[in-house]
Amino acid sequence: MTSPGPGAEEDPDTDEVSWSEVADLADAEERWLDDQAGPLVRPYVMTSGRMQPIRGTFDLVTLVEATGLAAPPELGLGPEHQAALRLCDQVMSVAEIAGHLKLPTVTVRVLLGDLLDKGLVTVQDPRTDDEFMNDEQMYRAVIDGLHAL
Amino acid sequence: MDSMRFDRQGRRLPKAIKILIAGGFGAGKTTMVGAVSETKPLRTEEILTDQGVRVDDVSGVEAKTTTTVAMDFGRITIKDQFMLYLFGTPGQERFWFMWDEVAIGCLGAVVLADTRRLADCFPAVDYFERRAIPFIVAVNCFEGARAYDLNEVQAALNLGSGVPVLLCDARVRESGKDVLIALVTHAMKARKARTTSG
Repeated sequence: MTSPGPGAEEDPDTDEVSWSEVADLADAEERWLDDQAGPLVRPYVMTSGRMQPIRGTFDLVTLVEATGLAAPPELGLGPEHQAALRLCDQVMSVAEIAGHLKLPTVTVRVLLGDLLDKGLVTVQDPRTDDEFMNDEQMYRAVIDGLHAL
Repeated sequence: MDSMRFDRQGRRLPKAIKILIAGGFGAGKTTMVGAVSETKPLRTEEILTDQGVRVDDVSGVEAKTTTTVAMDFGRITIKDQFMLYLFGTPGQERFWFMWDEVAIGCLGAVVLADTRRLADCFPAVDYFERRAIPFIVAVNCFEGARAYDLNEVQAALNLGSGVPVLLCDARVRESGKDVLIALVTHAMKARKARTTSG
């Protein structure tokens, strides 16, 4: 397992949040293969070998938010679960959570499935919405919004 | 499932909308995402797997390192009502499994074209045409590139007459905004045409 470790005192790239406990995971970014392929990772370790979430379906833009329930220590959540949960204090998409944690999205989906199963997050699945994508008002609102930026 | 959700403070949750920014390698996808995004663009990584890998085939996998492919994306929040997510999808066809992921339920796509290597965006054009995903072509005006007539580009890409082609500068926010407005406008018309004819 990865050791969370108290290291990584400094994080020069801090944007909004500093995730010192996952900083050693971020080091994976140094190991790029080429311009197009990403780093080598061990994505299955923190999911105990699982590739599918135990609950829920997670699109890249499924929005996730913490329910605000405190996670009791006996739930056995790893540091990656905890880091994901803290990010969900604000409404955030699966892709953003993965980007901040610098973890592959398959891994993040499994972590979020665990959090959902334990009632620690709620999700909004965007894929149910044919009606939404056919709603002319939505398009007009987006166009107006883009003009106003 | 209820279509409207509320956050802990009782505010309505925004709706997430996906847009693809596609095109050949070096066409300016990441540049455009960065120019229009309200936040510093993030990067997601998808694991390159064999299509054939089954869920129950993971024995031993936990100790294996694997390769990922990266995708940069940005976000634009509109009136706290919508969150537009812009995904710069890697150009090569070997990464199409990732496009599927982004393309399902997306609003539409921008195909960024570099006139010096116009053929690079053929696969993207083909991909969206075959899936009936609304798209527009934005010709990124690189310095030193010969200025093309937009009709020439339209003809060279063998685009249907309904597909908008416009010039842009992927580095410039206003230009990126114009491209997105053109896409959303086109997608709205395309959807409308489809629902009224079907």
